[in-house]
Amino acid sequence: MSEASVTDRSTVEEPARAPVPASRRDIGWWARKAMWLALLIVLLALPLYLEAQWLKAGQYVMVGAVGAIGLTLLTGQAGQLSLGHAFFLLVGATSYTVLSAPTDEERVIGFGIDPALSLVGAVLITAVLGLAFAPVAARLRGIYLGVASLSLVFLGLYFGQAAEELTGGTSTGRSPATFELFGFPFSNEGDLEILNVPIRQTERVWYLFLALLVIAFLLARGAVKGRIGRSWRAVRDNEASAAVMGVGVGRTKAGVFAVSSAYAGLAGVMTVLWFDILKPDESEFGTYGINVSIAYLAMIIIGGLGSVPGALVGAFIVNGLPQALALYSTQAGWSTGTGEGAFTPILISSFVYGAAIILVVLFEPGGLAAIGRRIAGRLSGTQRGKETTQ
Amino acid sequence: METFVQLFVNGLGKGAVFALLALGFVVIFKATEVVNFAHGSLVLFGGYLVVVTRETLGWAGAAILGIVSAGLLALAIERLLLSRSKLADPFSLALLTIGVDVIVTEELVRRLGVSLPFVGDAWDAQPIQLGGITLFRTHLVALLVATVLITAFFLAFRYSNWGIAMRAQAENKEAAALVGIRSSGVTATAWLVAGLLAGVAVLFIATQDFSGAGLSRGTHSIALAAFPAAIIGGLDSTAGAIVGGITVGLVDALSTHYISFAFAKSAVFLVMLVVLVARPSGLFGTRESTRV
Repeated sequence: MSEASVTDRSTVEEPARAPVPASRRDIGWWARKAMWLALLIVLLALPLYLEAQWLKAGQYVMVGAVGAIGLTLLTGQAGQLSLGHAFFLLVGATSYTVLSAPTDEERVIGFGIDPALSLVGAVLITAVLGLAFAPVAARLRGIYLGVASLSLVFLGLYFGQAAEELTGGTSTGRSPATFELFGFPFSNEGDLEILNVPIRQTERVWYLFLALLVIAFLLARGAVKGRIGRSWRAVRDNEASAAVMGVGVGRTKAGVFAVSSAYAGLAGVMTVLWFDILKPDESEFGTYGINVSIAYLAMIIIGGLGSVPGALVGAFIVNGLPQALALYSTQAGWSTGTGEGAFTPILISSFVYGAAIILVVLFEPGGLAAIGRRIAGRLSGTQRGKETTQ
Repeated sequence: METFVQLFVNGLGKGAVFALLALGFVVIFKATEVVNFAHGSLVLFGGYLVVVTRETLGWAGAAILGIVSAGLLALAIERLLLSRSKLADPFSLALLTIGVDVIVTEELVRRLGVSLPFVGDAWDAQPIQLGGITLFRTHLVALLVATVLITAFFLAFRYSNWGIAMRAQAENKEAAALVGIRSSGVTATAWLVAGLLAGVAVLFIATQDFSGAGLSRGTHSIALAAFPAAIIGGLDSTAGAIVGGITVGLVDALSTHYISFAFAKSAVFLVMLVVLVARPSGLFGTRESTRV
């Protein structure tokens, strides 16, 4: 992985623009803002219209989106290949479960901490572990770092299996505590209605995930557009020249590893809340195995390396497709079968995202984000054109 | 002591197979700087063809078909996909191979379903007793085949036109092109060779003596353990691939016995981490130097 080759990707993320004074903001800028706002309103309204199972599918997309944002910062922005994302998901999921579990359980350890604090704690623990890996990461580059981080996944699965007091073991697992915020439970308890629609567990968790995703998204966008993002890209493009420009290369690499791990930790907490069980599967094809690392990598490649909105699109395809296919096939009575040699929804979506990766690398290395940007640019360009002719 | 010798011999046998796989990674990386994440699917592909054609072609015929097909699949990936994207950098191309791997592996695993066929073997599967040591014939054959193939590879690498072209290209791509070395030919051959090696390796992996389990997703993940082997030796060192392969084989055999089966897989990666912290480009890899 030569340095020169990596610079080719610098075009992938738009360079941080200087803040534009309000008077000079064009129609395209306002159009983009309006689009994001419209999307947010739709997402807020969906629980009032969708059935619980579709909401559940949507939640899984949001889990993926949070994790993918973290990975796209690390791999796309800072140029550090990581195959260890599944490990940090496992750490986040386990930390939340252990911190929030009641203290009097027989078989497993629990600290009985408030669930909201446990969530924060889990994110912090994951970030610290990411930081602990940073000295190794700082010495390695490119593919060497990728495979080194892969070893975290295998070590994580081994410890998850060995430390049954924490994870509940691979065969039975353990249940996480129901999430609560200032005493408000994200469960079916209590009556709550909006527009005659009962807001029960699925709807509540939807709003919780949406809030977490929005926070995660805005923080990442802010970081990418600001000084921090510039230092990440400088290190990605050329470590030596970054150092010459006064960027602390080691510190920057460690920082982005911690940030990315924190995101993965949050995604891990969301994963365990979504599955409602913590189970560090023995095989590498379980919930926290190498296939998960690869799925997250697929999300950010398809979305466009380094692009934060792209990570959302990638998560939509990789995590949303199997869910949607499964629901469609049962609702339409279209039997995919479950037996030997069946084309299961998971299998079909694996084909789709495998093919999507190939097509993206071959034809649009900037990913779907670049296609979106081009369309947006063309639209705002024509609009501006019209204005001047008028 | 006897157990140790026994484990050492087993480790060598496994190591020979890992060396074949690691050499595949290294050849491709040396020629193109691309890391081939699809290596595991090449292994599965070769094995799958042996399993389905064994009845009609006989073991030897099926084995040859499997090896050649794995080579051709690798060649096809390079010709149809990688060579088409001239502008893409090695990093993106490595990601592309992940896409290929997902598709090929998922389809083969779907076809295999719950059956876990062994590829069978042409040699007598009875273990040999030698003193107090049991020798698995599969390991012996693997050692022998790997030695022959690797020696042949090194001779070709040293003396043949392809080897010289390959080394020239690895040294300096532009200069090699200037003296008339066709880079596409070198790249294509590198992928073909890597595929052939993967096809040979699977004949040992999917046997009773090696993993105890037949052809499955697990075969793919054993091929994945050749990753650490290539990294330990250094991704751009052909000799390193042999050292890495044997290290992985030994670590696997020893830790399975002395610690636990579950730990063995992580042990391989743990050893790799230690090596990487000490030497960031592997034991024999070239260090990247930066000039400011």
